[in-house]
Parts: sequence; C-alpha cells; structure tokens
Amino acid sequence: MTVLAVEHLAKSWGGVQAVAGVSFSLAAGEVLALIGPNGAGKSTCFNMLNGQVRPDSGRVLLAGRDITGMAPRHVFRLGVGRTFQITATFGAMSVRENVQVALLSQARGLGGLWRPMAGQKAAEAEALLDRVGMLEQAARPCGVLAYGDLKRVELAVALANTPRLLLMDEPTAGMAPAERIALMALTARLAKEGGIGVLFTEHDMDVVFAHADRIIVLDRGQLIAEGAPQEVRADPRVREVYLGTGATAGGH
Amino acid sequence: MDDLVVQALSGLASASSLFLVASGLTVIFGVTRVVNFAHGSLYMLGAYVAWSLVTHGVFAFAGPFWQFWGGILGAAVVTAAIGAVIEVLLLRRIYRAPELFQLLATFGVVLVVQDVALWAWGAQDLLGPRAPMLRGAVRILGLRFPLYELFLIAVGPLVLAGLWLLFHRTRFGVLVRAATADREMVAALGVNQALLFTGVFALGAGLAGLGGALQLPRESVNLHMDLSTITEAFVVVVVGGLGSLTGAFLAALLIGELSAFGILILPKITLVLVFLVMAVVLVVRPYGLLGRAPQGLHASSGPPDPLLLPAPRALRQLGAVVLALLVGSAWVLPDYELSVLTEILVALLFAASLHFIMGPGGLASFGHAAYFGAGAYAAALLVQHAAAPMWAGMLLAPFAAGLLGLVFGWFCVRLSGVYAAMLTLAFAQIAWSTAFQWVEVTGGDNGILGVWPDAWAQPKPVFYLLALVLCVGGAMLLRRIVWAPFGAALRAGRDSPLRAEAIGIDTFRTRWMAFAISAAFAGVAGSVFAYAKGSVFPTYLGISRSVDALLMVLLGGVQTLSGPLLGAVALTGLQEQLMRGTDHWRLLLGATIILLVVFFPQGLAGAARAAWEKRA
Ligand SMILES: Nc1ncnc2c1ncn2[C@@H]1O[C@H](COP(=O)(O)OP(=O)(O)OP(=O)(O)O)[C@@H](O)[C@H]1O
Ligand SMILES: [Mg+2]
Repeated sequence: MTVLAVEHLAKSWGGVQAVAGVSFSLAAGEVLALIGPNGAGKSTCFNMLNGQVRPDSGRVLLAGRDITGMAPRHVFRLGVGRTFQITATFGAMSVRENVQVALLSQARGLGGLWRPMAGQKAAEAEALLDRVGMLEQAARPCGVLAYGDLKRVELAVALANTPRLLLMDEPTAGMAPAERIALMALTARLAKEGGIGVLFTEHDMDVVFAHADRIIVLDRGQLIAEGAPQEVRADPRVREVYLGTGATAGGH
Repeated sequence: MDDLVVQALSGLASASSLFLVASGLTVIFGVTRVVNFAHGSLYMLGAYVAWSLVTHGVFAFAGPFWQFWGGILGAAVVTAAIGAVIEVLLLRRIYRAPELFQLLATFGVVLVVQDVALWAWGAQDLLGPRAPMLRGAVRILGLRFPLYELFLIAVGPLVLAGLWLLFHRTRFGVLVRAATADREMVAALGVNQALLFTGVFALGAGLAGLGGALQLPRESVNLHMDLSTITEAFVVVVVGGLGSLTGAFLAALLIGELSAFGILILPKITLVLVFLVMAVVLVVRPYGLLGRAPQGLHASSGPPDPLLLPAPRALRQLGAVVLALLVGSAWVLPDYELSVLTEILVALLFAASLHFIMGPGGLASFGHAAYFGAGAYAAALLVQHAAAPMWAGMLLAPFAAGLLGLVFGWFCVRLSGVYAAMLTLAFAQIAWSTAFQWVEVTGGDNGILGVWPDAWAQPKPVFYLLALVLCVGGAMLLRRIVWAPFGAALRAGRDSPLRAEAIGIDTFRTRWMAFAISAAFAGVAGSVFAYAKGSVFPTYLGISRSVDALLMVLLGGVQTLSGPLLGAVALTGLQEQLMRGTDHWRLLLGATIILLVVFFPQGLAGAARAAWEKRA
C-alpha cells in the first residue's frame, strides 16, 4: 500500500530553486532514504511534506488523500510524525512531559484545566521512552540533554501519534557511530512491525546503506537517481555529485 | 485652510523633538538589544541641565548667543556622559540577562532619576528663556508662526542627516551598523565591544538630552517629562521598527502630525488616537514600518528556563503556615492592617494573573492593568447603573475582563518579545483613555464613587476574609491550570512553537485562551480592589499599575510559580514601608530594583530556589 505519494513537488526561495519537480512514493513498512549533498533541498522537501512550507507547485498525497498546503498540526492528526534537522523539543519541560504532551494532543486531551498532567499518559510515555532508550533520563529537562539524546526524544515524540508516516531529518546527527546504527535498526524494526513508512535523510552512508530499503538521490533540487542501495551505489551520476565529494562518513 | 497649514507645521516641530528621542532609543536598541526605559529620564535630565546651564549663565562669558546655545549643547554633552556612566555601571553587567530584566533595571534608573531631579531642581515647573535670534515669529499665509518652531522643524532632518553621515562615513558608524545587523560578527572581529556599547549608549543618551534641552523655549521643565516622553518615544520606535533610524523618522512624522490634527478633528479621542494607530500598524506590519523580524529576540539570551518543579514539601508546609496566619489575622489585626493586607492579597492575584501569561505563556504584557481596571469598572458600573449587589459585580468582573482579554489578546498573542509588550501597552492606553475621556459613562478623572460591599461584608475582617478566599483561591486555581494539560500545551508553545505545531497544538489558540484566562483573573483582582476602596478611577488602568505588576513578577522571578506571589508581597510591602518612612522612596525602590536585578537575575524566588538546591 502506498503511504505517501509526491508528485512534481517544487519550491524556490527567491531565485534559488531548492526543490525542482520531485516525484516519488513510499510504501507502508518501507524505509526510504533521501540523500544528497548539503543544500540539495532535502529539508525543504521534508518541510513541504508536513506542511511547514507551502510548495510552489505539485501535490502531496497521504494514503491517497491530498494534503498539499495543509498546516502541520492538521497533518499530524492524519498520522504523520516528524523529527527536525535542528532538534525542536520543549526545553523547560522534562523528557517525559515532552512525550506526554504529544500523547495528550493525539488524544485531544490538551484542553484540560483541572487534572494535573503528571498522572495522564505517563505509562504510555514511559513505554515510548523505553523503546528509544531514554527511560532513565525521563525526569531530566530537555534543555540540558546531549544532542544525540534529544534526537531520541524527538523520535519518541514522533511515535506518539502511532504514525503511518515518519519523517526523520538527519535522525542520527550528533551520535556516536555505533549508536547511529542501533537507532536506525530500531527505526527499521518499528517500520516493519507497525507498517510505518519511514522517510529519512542522512549524511552517514554506512547508516544509509545498512538500513534503507530504497534510496532516492537529490542534487540541486533534482531527483537524479532512485533504486535499491546497490544500484544507487553503482550509479555513476551519484558517484560524481555525491559520493565523489568525499562526504561518505560523518554527519554535521 | 490656513490654520491647517500652521497645524501641519507645528506637527512637524513636534515630530522633530520626537525623532531626537526616538533615534537615540532605536540606535541603542539596535546595537545593545536593550530597550531603555530610562530614555525619557535622560530627556528630562537634558532639559533640567540645560535650564541650569542657561539660567546660571555658565557660558555667559561668550555672549548671550553662547549663553543659550552653549547651555543647550552642554546639556547634551552632560547627558551623554550620564548615559555612559549608566552603561558602565549597570547595563554592562546585564547584557546577558533576559530582555525583560534589562527593562526592569532601566526602570529602576527611572525611579532613581526622578528622585534625584526632585532633590536637585524641586517639584515646581521651571520656565526656560527663549532662544536668542529665534524669538520672533514669521507670517505664514497671514498667520503668525514662531521662528523657533521653524528651527525645530529643520533640526529633525539635520540630525537624521548627521547620523547618516556618522553611520556611513566613520569607522565607529560602520561598526555600529555591523553590530546592529549581527552582534556575534562584531565580537568575532575583535572589536572592543565594551567601548562600542558605551559609545553607542552615550550617543543615544546625548540625543535624548539634546531633545530635552531644545524643549526649553517651548514648554516648562517638570518631573513628568520622563514618563510621558518615554511612552511617545516607544510608540515612535515600535511603529518605525526597532533599530531602524529612517523608520523612527517616518514614525515621528506620522505621530507628530497625527497628534496635531487629532486635536482639530477628533478632540474627544486624542489620547486614544496615537495608540490606535500604533495598534493598527503593528497588526498590519508586526515589526513596524521598516523593521525586520527579530532574530532570537525572544529565546536566545540567557540560559534555558529551568524545569518547573512541584513545590518541595517544606515550601508547601511554609505556605500552609502562612495561610493559617493570614486566616487568623482576621480576628487579631486592627482594621487598618487588615486593609493593607487586603491590598497585598489583591496584588498577589494580580501578579499571579500576569505571571500566567508571562511565565508559562512567554508573553510579556505591559498593559495588564487594562484587565484589572476592566474588572473594577465592570463592577462599579453595575453598582452605579443597576444598583446591583456585590456578588453580581464580582461575578461580572471576570467575564468583562476576560472578554476584553479575548478582544485585545487576539491581536497581541501574534507577536512576541518587545513588540508584544508594546502592543499590550498600546491597548491598555486605549482602555485608559476611554475611561479617562468618556466622562458621561465613567465619570472621567472623578471616577465612580460609592462602590461599597453589601452590608454583610462591610466589616473589615469579613471583607478581608472574602478577599483572602478570592485572591488566594484564584492564585491556586491558576497554579493548577499551569500543571494541567492546558498549561503544558501553553508552555510547549512557548518553548518551541515549531514542535508544538508539529504535534497538533494550535499555538495561537492556546496562547489566546491563556491571555483571556489571565485577563479574567486580573479582573477578579480588580473587582475586589474596587469594593475594598469603594471607588474606581482611571489610574486603575494606568501604566504605573501595569508596571507594578511587572515589577512584582520580575522581582519575584518569572521562572517559578511562587515567584510572583513573593514579588507581590515584597513590592507592596516595600512601597508601603518606603512611602510611609521616607520622602525618597523612589530612590530607594529604584536602587533596590537595580541591585536585585544585578545580583538576583532569577528573581527572589529563583535565588531562593538556587540556594535551596545548593544546600540539598
Ligand atoms: N527558509 C529559507 N529561506 C531561504 N532559502 C532557503 C530556506 N530554506 C532553505 N533554503 C535554501 O534552499 C536550498 C536547499 O536547502 P535545504 O535546507 O533544503 O537543503 P538540505 O538538503 O536539507 O541541506 P543540508 O544537508 O545542509 O541540511 C539551500 O540553498 C538553502 O539555502
Ligand atoms: Mg537539511
């Protein structure tokens, strides 16, 4: 089943064509990597998928439904979770509260004025935190966490609405290599178990080749290659614009 | 027709004066990111110093021309020096503090300067001499127009041109522009930042001083110049766009002409007009006419907020003991003490209501008195026009204030930081002017008298207990909301709007509702105050009451829930004591505020918490 279909998506900033007519699709349970050099338009692409940025043209279909231009908070309600390249968490709230808010939002329970939040959805929040390995730090404020840990919290938050589509912009930046592989292994497992479609960007090619079912390559807003990891690895155009630049390891 | 031209010209003259003050304010903000509340005080000092220099004939040896003009220029130089001293002694220590704290510190300076000026020049209005060579008038279209006004009209563009040359043709100016665009970059260039900041502050202060000094032939010098000037200058700077000189110039023209013609066309609403225009501009162009969206104006400064923690056991126990003592006081204390305590309770709820939108909501309201006053006036009008019993008035108050909060809040919560603060101030001024100028309904300056409690609540101890229930109950209810899911959603939107929207939170709606809730509780405080005093006046909605609430919240500490309560008690107690004990209460209060800001940037409760955690 197709979770996400993107048709001729385009966006330019001033004179810069950040994304120039990109089309691809993503099936349930599939892990799709979007790679490309810095400034290729990956984040812009992500931002158009969840409504953060309005595309100049093109369509975004979520399970067949046109969600182009819909506000992020409505897109969330349709079952899209996302993480940001530069993490966005609630710094003055504890890790547990960060997840609780997302869970309560999903259950439309954020209007409550009386019953303290502490006792609501706490168990579910901790279960999610356990999955991403953040349970021990549940009581710490997000404002003091290490960057890699923030990425984990973001994943737990993104999973709170039992999404059918997960958008992860550089989910492992700031982590040690072993942690990266482990986190993406977890993500891939969640995708398979829950039939979640996962779209992620990543600069660490080891992570990409280890966990992506399929890879699409973006260069200056254009989709230049698409296919299984081995095919993409062998593609001369990809080698030229991307792998050839030496940006094969490490994020930023 | 002819008098329209003259009116337009005198509008231009006012615009020039406005621009002098506003340009300094905007340049200082551009470079240091400090919103200098004391700018009006520097303006006032400029006028006073000029008066002294001219009337004592310090430059008389050089002839009558220099006696006057030497005095004017000398006043600008002296004010610049005072500005430099303020920068070195105070602001330099708090550049890293949250912007509201800087505002608080400069407000401390306002209080100190007021008392110093009172001590040095006395309370009576001082009249300055007229300017040599510019005494006469010219005939324009058959009407007399003072030469000095024409001169002032020329001063504005001249100063703008001078500043332009300074900023584009000198190394200092280039650095100032670079710092305005990107502070980090200048630091990276290895420029002596401290010297640059001092220089800029002195320049801004000098411009304010010059503006004040030039008023000498126009109007009397008095102790109210500071606050009236700073409000107008804020309006100009915010309408023009913070940090933009050309914007300030355009805004000064707009506001100057608006005031000049407002008097002719709409004399009934002159006071509202300026603020109405500011509100419209901010709604249409949220960052002013020529301003740009602020980068990190809001969150970047200072360390991240600490976690909101449930009160430790000991604090709860302390709270219970204090509450028991407060209840017991009703049977023990004499009437006068009980009415002081009642006022403190009102302050406590008022501060808690402001804190609700400021702390968890992350939106500094500079006009919270509007909702306090709305509650008070709602109750008073009901008593006056419907002879309603007290319970009806107290019931109506939160709804009236909450409704006003819904209307004003709809505009205000779209903005953040200084802009939101200024818009809330503008709306509060509109509310104040309405109460002041709509005499038929509100009684204007005379207020509404005879707002007494029902017979059963007339005895002071009974009313005190009622106030205790309403105010402490209200504050506890607000606290409950902060911990409830709604409060969490509110804090979430403050911490990261991006993330909040991505998990389905409507951040606008949440903040809007929070604003209305906060207004409603302020309204409760206002109605209790109205019945306690037996009357309401426009001052209930005035700037100084809004500032009081801000002081309480900031003194106590924004980041803890008990902070505002502590701040309310501290400030009300301090004012009460100081006003009774000394003539120089402003000086002492101002100095206390400055010291607190420098030494306890987290507020009293924050400092107490830090000490507690260190101990534990
Ligand atoms: N909000 C914006 N305003 C203007 N230009 C933008 C904006 N966001 C992105 N751009 C530009 O669009 C282009 C694509 O940027 P984008 O962030 O999508 O790239 P990316 O592939 O995510 O890069 P990276 O690997 O560095 O994260 C860049 O040239 C960038 O400068
Ligand atoms: Mg990116």
